Amino acid sequence: MTVFRFDGSFDGLLTGVFLAYSAKKRPECVVAPGGEMPLFSSDVVDVVTDVSKSERVWNALLRKVSRGAASAMAISFLCEDNAFYTSLFRFICRVFDSAENVESDFSDADLLAILENSRRVKGEAHRVVQFMRFQKAADDTYFGIMEPRYDVMHMAVEHFRDRFSDGKFIIYDRRRDYGYYYDGRRLERMRLSSDRSHMTTGILPDDMADADEQLFQKLWRTYFKYTAIPERINPRKQRQDMPVRFWKYLTEKNGL
Amino acid sequence: MRFGGLKVPYICIVMTESVIERLKILAGAAKYDVSCSSSGTVRRNNGKGVGNTVGGIGVCHSFADDGRCISLLKIMLTNYCIYDCAYCVNRRSNDVPRATLSVSEIVSVTMEFYRRNYIEGLFLSSGVVRNPDYTMERMVRVARDLREVHRFNGYIHLKSIPGASRELVNMAGRYADRMSVNVEIPNEASLKYLAPEKDHKSVFEPMAYIKQGVLENKEDRRRLRHVPRFVPAGQSTQMIVGASPDSDKDILALSSALYSTPTMRRVYYSGYVAVNLYDNRLPALKQPPLVREHRLYQADWLMRFYGFKSGEIADDDNPNLDLEIDPKLGWALRHPELFPIDVNKAEYELILRVPGIGVKSAALIVNARKYRHLTSEHLKKIGVVMKRARYFITCNELASACVADLSPEYVKRQLLSAVKAPASSDARQLQFDF
Repeated sequence: MTVFRFDGSFDGLLTGVFLAYSAKKRPECVVAPGGEMPLFSSDVVDVVTDVSKSERVWNALLRKVSRGAASAMAISFLCEDNAFYTSLFRFICRVFDSAENVESDFSDADLLAILENSRRVKGEAHRVVQFMRFQKAADDTYFGIMEPRYDVMHMAVEHFRDRFSDGKFIIYDRRRDYGYYYDGRRLERMRLSSDRSHMTTGILPDDMADADEQLFQKLWRTYFKYTAIPERINPRKQRQDMPVRFWKYLTEKNGL
Repeated sequence: MRFGGLKVPYICIVMTESVIERLKILAGAAKYDVSCSSSGTVRRNNGKGVGNTVGGIGVCHSFADDGRCISLLKIMLTNYCIYDCAYCVNRRSNDVPRATLSVSEIVSVTMEFYRRNYIEGLFLSSGVVRNPDYTMERMVRVARDLREVHRFNGYIHLKSIPGASRELVNMAGRYADRMSVNVEIPNEASLKYLAPEKDHKSVFEPMAYIKQGVLENKEDRRRLRHVPRFVPAGQSTQMIVGASPDSDKDILALSSALYSTPTMRRVYYSGYVAVNLYDNRLPALKQPPLVREHRLYQADWLMRFYGFKSGEIADDDNPNLDLEIDPKLGWALRHPELFPIDVNKAEYELILRVPGIGVKSAALIVNARKYRHLTSEHLKKIGVVMKRARYFITCNELASACVADLSPEYVKRQLLSAVKAPASSDARQLQFDF
């Protein structure tokens, strides 16, 4: 049984595809760091990520399938599911093996897994757009922090840049400890070095927050409470559409 | 808070506590309006102000304790009202706390909420004070201030006040993404009985103004590209379910007629919450008719995305939807002669009519069958609910009994018992414990 070990990056996976054709080897299993090695393996190949090779594979992929299908594959990769990498690898190889375009062969379990995972990752990016809450800081920067399940900040940041292009904002992924800062003109990826309480609780301390911040938070909590119809209380639906894992940083679910 | 760039904190503090109290009253007064969608327009930021609209399905920013989405700041300018509609909590004769927010208060709350990503925009409605035009004029001022003073480029939904003049509706349409006039009661006689000061003319006239405005605007934009858009997300409306004796057939027939007009995007259904128990013109409901409301939404979906006609969903023999089963299954059980449908051959439109197959799986099926013959295994992976679909399809395997051979009553019983029994006790499924 042949196993490809790669570094866990998308470029690494595509380099693996390159290797599969150049070395004429087909792995039964593709493993990222932290992934489970199969119990019995005859041939373990360590894939050395090479961007020039992965780019060739990506460009070749774009000639075989539509841009939408290729981007679904790239997005599905972000699902951080070790068992899925083999499916993705196998399907990319199938694309190259087939004379016709196989991107709409929805009876292929690998393709269905790609669709499902890209849907999940896109859903998480949408939730960042939905549930990001900004607090206004004393210097007029709007500060927002979250812990999304997948690494999707780069998919959501363009939305915020377009929407709030006339001001300063920070969106921050606490789980991966990086974020984006927009100063009104330019967007930059950065890491915050502060160890103050807002980095753990998400709440800006009084000396950092704008003077009116508390007031508008209070107004929002009031609105949130009074817009619900008491005769129709439905906590199950609420949790379904707004999973509890997001509540930690939601203004309306915290504070007085 | 800033007014024209000047920081005036003391005004703000005076404003605060009273704004919170009034927000309580006016959010509570607006909450029975169902519409909340922020969809229908894609508009990027113009680079001069704040905000954009995303189109598609819109963005829900939160979900209230009743599970309903919060996308827009849904609020009334005032809940004082000169009308006395029996089904409305804000009716003149009700002894409820009344409040009014000023134009600048609504504008600044909207802007501050929007900047914090709490909302997609504003949904403004109002009780009618003095006369319809006076009220409408103040609502237009909110929208105009947001757009022209604060350069707000997010979503604005304005309720058109019944009886407002055409000029004001036209002005409102220049600032709003969506406008709505609520039908409330599908049958005119029932409407007059419950709301003596209203009739269908007062509803359908402003709807027609909006429609004409949109169509004229389309014509103008064909000639001059830079003419600003007029109500680009079209209009919506709402009907109250269960406050009058009207049947589902009446409701769906009206919905279908409304959807056939070019600008109507959504009809909402609002299960009547018994707010005015003392009024004996209204049924004394303990609970709002939530299941019926849900079935109506399902029927609405069938009309909009599945190619069903309202007459197919509810007719004279079945004027009301079956509360036990969804309307698509109901239709299929009334037409056993059309089944089984061969998923490998039938047209997309027919596959869409199979209970257990939705828009997404139907599209996957017609694509996937180009590559190979599909079996029930494939269908299951694609996402077809085989528990339902198996009575209505064939894929040339060992035939499972079809609804045409069994009886519709038997299939209905089977499906209902399958819903009630826990999944693990499904005797058809073999289980191995490893």
